[in-house]
Amino acid sequence: MSVETPDIADIRADSVGDFYFPENHVYDAGYGLSEKTIDYICDVKNDPDWVREFRKKALKVFEEKPMPTHWATTDLNNIKFEEFRYYLAGDRKAKRSWDDVPEEVKKTFERLGIPEQERKFLAGVEAQYDSEAAYSNVKKVVEEQGVIFMNSTEALQQHPDIFRKWFGKVIPTGDNKFSALNSAVFSGGSFIYIPPGVKVKHPLQAYFRINSEQFGQFERTLIIADEGAEVMYMEGCTAPKFETATLHSAVVELVAMKGAKIQYVTVQNWSSNVFNLVTKRGIAHEDAEVRWIDCNIGSRLTMKYPGVVMKGRRARGEVISIALANTGQHQDTGAKMIHAADETTSNVISKSISIGKGRATYRGLVHIPKHLKGCKNNTECDALLINSSSRTDTYPAINVRGNEHATQHEASVSQVSAEQIFYMQQRGLSEAEAMSLSVNGFINDLVREFPMEYSVELKRLIDLEMEGSVG
Amino acid sequence: MSVAAPIAEPEMEKPLSPPLSSAPTDLTPDFSKLEDAPEWFQSRARAAWEEFQSLPMPGLRDEHWRYSQSKNLSLDGLHLAGETTEAEKQAAIEGSKGLTHVAARLIFLNDRLIHSQTDGLEQGVVVLPFAEALRSHGDVLQQYLMKRKADLGSEKFAALHLAHVQAGAVVLAPKNAVLKAPIEIFHWVSGVNSLVFPHTLIVAGDHAQVTVLDHHASLRDEVAQSVAVADFVAGNGSHITYVNSQELADSARALHISSTTVARDAQVKALQLQLGASFARSESVSDLAGEGSRSDMLGVSLPFSSQVVDMRTLQNHLAPHTYSDLLYKNALYDKTRTIFSGLINVADGAHYTDAYQKCRNLLNSADSEAVSMPGLEINADQVKCSHGATSAPISADELFYLKARGIPDQESRQLIAIGFVEDVISRLGHEELIESLDRRIEEKFARQAA
Repeated sequence: MSVETPDIADIRADSVGDFYFPENHVYDAGYGLSEKTIDYICDVKNDPDWVREFRKKALKVFEEKPMPTHWATTDLNNIKFEEFRYYLAGDRKAKRSWDDVPEEVKKTFERLGIPEQERKFLAGVEAQYDSEAAYSNVKKVVEEQGVIFMNSTEALQQHPDIFRKWFGKVIPTGDNKFSALNSAVFSGGSFIYIPPGVKVKHPLQAYFRINSEQFGQFERTLIIADEGAEVMYMEGCTAPKFETATLHSAVVELVAMKGAKIQYVTVQNWSSNVFNLVTKRGIAHEDAEVRWIDCNIGSRLTMKYPGVVMKGRRARGEVISIALANTGQHQDTGAKMIHAADETTSNVISKSISIGKGRATYRGLVHIPKHLKGCKNNTECDALLINSSSRTDTYPAINVRGNEHATQHEASVSQVSAEQIFYMQQRGLSEAEAMSLSVNGFINDLVREFPMEYSVELKRLIDLEMEGSVG
Repeated sequence: MSVAAPIAEPEMEKPLSPPLSSAPTDLTPDFSKLEDAPEWFQSRARAAWEEFQSLPMPGLRDEHWRYSQSKNLSLDGLHLAGETTEAEKQAAIEGSKGLTHVAARLIFLNDRLIHSQTDGLEQGVVVLPFAEALRSHGDVLQQYLMKRKADLGSEKFAALHLAHVQAGAVVLAPKNAVLKAPIEIFHWVSGVNSLVFPHTLIVAGDHAQVTVLDHHASLRDEVAQSVAVADFVAGNGSHITYVNSQELADSARALHISSTTVARDAQVKALQLQLGASFARSESVSDLAGEGSRSDMLGVSLPFSSQVVDMRTLQNHLAPHTYSDLLYKNALYDKTRTIFSGLINVADGAHYTDAYQKCRNLLNSADSEAVSMPGLEINADQVKCSHGATSAPISADELFYLKARGIPDQESRQLIAIGFVEDVISRLGHEELIESLDRRIEEKFARQAA
């Protein structure tokens, strides 16, 4: 336990998240996944019987479902499920004050700038360290409005009626192999309930941190915005880079009741040994809006296709997606838009950048069934290739029934042209600066969709990723 | 996560027009008929039969059959097309109404040649029925016959085709031969549950130019199935224009597998015109193998009633400075479905590629359904690529414009739909060919109206 922690100054600027503390777990479910693992998790978490049953059923579904390699990358076969640990926790109880948080956890989040940001502009923060939340706090003003913001383990105990009503309803266990895995071993994640008419002014923020090697993080987030409510939720993720693989498989369910608005912002910067296999979906009822603003910079393989089921009339769904794939990375991202009511509209804008040997993939699904009227979808996906060994793929599927809808899909692939770079060099910019300026120009209109603090951070991250990519 | 198995995957309908009997089918080829054929062909046919037997029918999880199903081409109850009567032959010949000016015309009925007219051929261009070409130009066939493996989902059907193929045209254009008039081939099928295997092979030597038009038609409205394979080999600087005009009966089913190889500075234009059949599927691959090569892949489908048209394409850029442009347009009516799945693949090193792909669907009824899956896989640098897919009804503005000029609603809708697909047909750039295809489209509208 006496490993010396380096000073902030020792950490390279391009790897803010690449450090870790020695493991200090009170609870450890051990390696591999079986019914025993699930019993262990249930016992530790004091889960009610229905959750135990739910988890065990999910384990069976997970075991039965094949890897989706008939359409997805075969890199999935490199995930050795028996070599992961599925539950690691220190203290199960999230602290309300930073002072009570264990020293190394506090240091971790301080180094990542979380408490500072909370003071500055957040309405509430939750910080998850491996399997459980270490810190959870929501500003008093917000709490007084009736907003519930806590980790899902607590919510399960304290608000079982609201939790159970929506839990697993947007994303059923059997949706895919990884949603089944999450359903079996989920731990942590946020639970948010916004009462009718409440508009939360400042964003709520969750921070996910993996500290341990050969570990899988399976948080489960459920956000419910009641009639006319509005909320913005942001999440960030980092992990140190280990020699072995790390698995992150979350399930995020959003429910926007009549006239409600949910914006969900993700900046994913996992280290390049993380398999990031996430299922995210929202239901938008009448006049409601669900927006996913998604940025993927890190991980070895990300497979994530945020979806919106537009269930009520005039519901709106949107996905704004930025992906940056560097050498050794595959960003397989996209969007699913399921129109299930009249006059629903959806919009997908995706921009990806492939650098070095990186591979960016867009996969999309737009479904407009028959007997609906006046549905509209617009999809745009643009890819930028930086080097000659960079790779990009696009696989959309658009299914439209009936003659009262309009959809359009457009995609383009381009390079930063030599003329552009030359022009900027003429004006005194170095080649790298010129390249970085072009790339930032390519995604600029999307970066603006992120909250201010995030967009600054994003630009910085992209500059760092671009470093040394020219020539 | 589960993009391929989304909640919205369409319900699997019953296969369309099931064969009358579901008795296990014996499609074993009669290899004794091949005694005169070159040895290499005999062994390839036998190997293909083995392959056919060993391959499973494509399953529901097969990505190349997404939103479709191979059951629609079930072989259960089918048999090899049999002998025909004199009256049927006469009907087929009389029904073969095509172009006025042709360089050659071959008519097949149930995979047997019933008419051949080749007096318009010049500059050394050869048009032969498949069986004859096998005897007289065995070496050419050995070099080119189905050398590009079908890989868009119908490998099993392609193997069955090779095990049985005996009919169709082999077009060989020597170096520098420029043939202005098109070559026209008719493939008729007759008899309930008949199975035919029309074949087309076009080999254009360096700087040669040829135009070939294939027709597929039924004598009567009955269940039948056509498993066609067409291969186009375009030598340096050559031009090939090809049209597959599929007008089989409403209860019939059609599969057309085509592979194109385009060499340096060559150009190939290929159009799939899908008018007939209850289920029609085309799989078209274009390999841009030489620098400066160009491929135009065109498609028009006009499904009525409960027709399903399933289109799979691959624009495969293998060399630098290559160009491909795909335009598929579907005008859907009644309870029809179209499935378009296209992929642009730009291989490692195929720099300076320009590749475009567009699928447009005009939905004319509440129960029609259009699925578009335009795809891109880019592994090279300095590439200009784009794809687009649209699905929409006729715009109210366009209808209003025509109405203001006194054109009745029904008529304007038809005019707009014809204009919509005409845009594709006109890209063929061959006036008589365009007119003839337009006539077929108008006839289909007239039949539907009646």
